[in-house]
Amino acid sequence: MDLLIPDTGLFIFQMVAFLLLLFVLGKFAWKPILAGLKEREETIEGALKSAEQAKEEMQALQADNEKLLAEARAERDSLLKEAVAAANKIKEDAKAETSKITAKMVEDAKASIENEKRAALADVKTQVAALSLDITEKVLRTQLGEKKAQETLVDEYVKDLNLN
Amino acid sequence: MKIRRTNLPKLLIISVLVSLFSIANSNSVLAASGSGEEGEEESKTEFIMHHIADDYQWHIITIGHTHISIPLPVIIYDYEEGLKVFMSSDFYDEHHEPIAHGGFMIDHGKIVRAGEGHGSDHHGDSHDDGHGDDHSDSADHGAEEAHADDHGDEHAADTSGFLDLSITKNVASLFLSMVILLAVFFAVAKGYKKGVGAPKGIQSFFEPIIVFIRDDIAKTNIGVDKYERFMPYLLTLFFFILFNNLLGLTPGAANLTGNIAVTVCLALLTFLITNFNGGKAYWTHIFWTPGVPLPLRPIILVVEIIGIFTKLISLTLRLFASITAGHIVVLSIIGLGFILNSIAIGVVGTLFSTVITLIEILVALIQAYVFTLFSSMYIGQAVDDGHH
Repeated sequence: MDLLIPDTGLFIFQMVAFLLLLFVLGKFAWKPILAGLKEREETIEGALKSAEQAKEEMQALQADNEKLLAEARAERDSLLKEAVAAANKIKEDAKAETSKITAKMVEDAKASIENEKRAALADVKTQVAALSLDITEKVLRTQLGEKKAQETLVDEYVKDLNLN
Repeated sequence: MKIRRTNLPKLLIISVLVSLFSIANSNSVLAASGSGEEGEEESKTEFIMHHIADDYQWHIITIGHTHISIPLPVIIYDYEEGLKVFMSSDFYDEHHEPIAHGGFMIDHGKIVRAGEGHGSDHHGDSHDDGHGDDHSDSADHGAEEAHADDHGDEHAADTSGFLDLSITKNVASLFLSMVILLAVFFAVAKGYKKGVGAPKGIQSFFEPIIVFIRDDIAKTNIGVDKYERFMPYLLTLFFFILFNNLLGLTPGAANLTGNIAVTVCLALLTFLITNFNGGKAYWTHIFWTPGVPLPLRPIILVVEIIGIFTKLISLTLRLFASITAGHIVVLSIIGLGFILNSIAIGVVGTLFSTVITLIEILVALIQAYVFTLFSSMYIGQAVDDGHH
């Protein structure tokens, strides 16, 4: 039964040794070990978290890029459309202008042709008159003896010509 | 295949160690068996008990009748005469027989005050004991026994008036384990001082154990917000018990964690930490248990107060009994061959004790775990706020 009776000396040594061990190990072993473990765990957790964040950022960036690209594309399309419209308008305008000018030119030409025609006709008439006068004179010189009757007849003819 | 190749040398080392342990024990039993024919079984029991108990010298091996042992310092604080320090070898003369020194002598493995007549008396006894193998007649033997009994009775009073602070085998083993623990965990701690990095070498061996104690013992039982304060105690406790359990299994080593003075000291520390950290909920639960009918509360109070102390006693006895029992079983199985005087049983016994020793390694781990687990459970109950 000696086994069940604690020995005073050993008890004292055990208590002192264990408390010493607790103090020394606590200060120089457990403290750095536990702190190191915690630090490492936090570092790993932080690294994982930042990796996740980087991934998310990357995704956001990619989405942004796509959005930007789409916007650029849309803008390009609208610009192109506008440009085409503008070009068409210019073309239409030019066409309209050209046709207007052409019409005016045709009109002008028509007017001047008319004038020319009129002038030419008047000239022709004068010349025809002179010619007819000459012819008539020559005819009448031979056929009409009386000068006065001859002139009356010519005047009647001229009058008839003018009415034409 | 590769794994097998790398494990082979380790296995070899382990088996050599185990067989060494068995051989060392067999030798001791052999030596003990030679000391007497009559009362043989008693001498075996004595041998086993002697192996388990503390000693003032570190016995290494006995070859024939030559004992090879390391003498350890004896420190006695006499309340009247003051401190006395000398080597335990002073208790033995050149023939290796016990003598008195400085008014003290060893009797039944304990230092006692040597009376005037007792020194010579005991001298005579042991002399006969040592050479008892050459046919001592039974009458003589009987007389001797009566004498020894006489001794015991008289010496009961003689252990008073002084404090035995000797560096016994257990104390020496305690110091040895302290050195090993410090060396190992300073080496482990060095790995963490270099900054964050993957664990290397010895660090990677102990880190999972430390993490296990932190996460599965402390955090689960004490709580995530309160466990940190108790971590140094729990870690020191676990590794102290584990290392000493394993040291106790090595050949010729002391049986430190199988000594009740050691286990009661550790249990007392858990007891003190538990009760000094006991919160309001803990004491309310003990003195006026909520949720129990009023007439029953005084009965529960008594039970709870007994419970405080049964925790201390159960912690003490569990470790002490597991380790001591393991040692007794191993030694008994080896001793069987000598008691039955059969080589065959001796061989089987040695093989069987090898198996038991392997189981003891498991027990060493389990008991370290269990002690730490229960300590953290008790602390957890004490610091609990009461809102489960």
